[in-house]
Amino acid sequence: MTIARILVPKAIRKGDIVTLKAILSHPMETGYRREINGAVIARDIVRRFSCSQAGEIVFAAEFFPAIAANPFVAFTLVAGESGPLVFEWQGDHGFVHRETVMLTVEG
Amino acid sequence: MPACGAWRLLLLLLAALPAFAEPIPPGARVSGFEMMGPELKALQRDDFENPAMLAVREGEQLFGAAPASGKPACAGCHGAVESLAGVAARYPAYEAESGAPVDLAGRIALCQARHQSVSPAPRESRALVALEALIALQSRGQPIAPPADSRLDAARAAGKALFGARMGQLGLACADCHDENWGKRLGGTRIPQGHPTGYPLFRLEWQATGTLQRRLRNCMTGVRAEPFAYGSAEFIALELYLRDRAAGMALDAPGVRP
Repeated sequence: MTIARILVPKAIRKGDIVTLKAILSHPMETGYRREINGAVIARDIVRRFSCSQAGEIVFAAEFFPAIAANPFVAFTLVAGESGPLVFEWQGDHGFVHRETVMLTVEG
Repeated sequence: MPACGAWRLLLLLLAALPAFAEPIPPGARVSGFEMMGPELKALQRDDFENPAMLAVREGEQLFGAAPASGKPACAGCHGAVESLAGVAARYPAYEAESGAPVDLAGRIALCQARHQSVSPAPRESRALVALEALIALQSRGQPIAPPADSRLDAARAAGKALFGARMGQLGLACADCHDENWGKRLGGTRIPQGHPTGYPLFRLEWQATGTLQRRLRNCMTGVRAEPFAYGSAEFIALELYLRDRAAGMALDAPGVRP
């Protein structure tokens, strides 16, 4: 079960710089570890994170094996229009997790 | 290697000392939380950033999900999870039907087997740790309150004996580090007093959320002893003693530790 938690500040005004935070439960298995019998544990990481609004990417990041489990990202955004923000994580073995949160801009 | 030589000397010195570790007086007890740096404390305090809260979230979903057997979900009997406040503070407790002490994980497994007619989640599995984390969170801030049940006395005494017993190739007892040498450094980290206040917790070394017994197994491997099995009578006895030793200290689960 993959769990994502996203923090969007409340009471945002147009033009504000807002900090968004997101954390995803994911083992981020590096591919460098071995199990007890010596077999390599296959790499299983999130490769790419993106956040988009109205089809336009507002923030994206690439992840690598050195990133810890449960990757946490915090980024800023200049508040424009209200609308849904789509958070998407893509990873190895066809992993995709998508969450949509509302960004509500007052005034 | 000089470091290796120093270790050997230390071990020889330790082996030469009799094992008469004095218990920590109640006023001198500190949680492992207090021994962490400001960054890790901040990580634990922030319920959004604390990675163990992901396990709690997963636990919430499992708590409300009906099992495949058609029997009620956890929430079907217990109602809102807040009704389980204080439970994590008092376990392990005596279980009348089996006539033995049972820890929280064991209690969840018994519930699953008896009331949900499902095969219990394996020890230390993600699902079980998630449920434990959810239940532990309900007791956050409450003092550890071991039950005053005389039927637990024998196991508690066995746990105390285990705590003071030398084990493994290094011949170290729990008390050698956690009663006698807490606060000093072992490698890069400070030796805590070993109070189980934050479990289940997210350990950076594990990169995962795990239970007290996983931590105890790490300690045993560290002294080159063969670890007890999860849920074994030895671990439950040891947990009973550790809870007694930490009685009255506030729970801070789900924690973060290095």
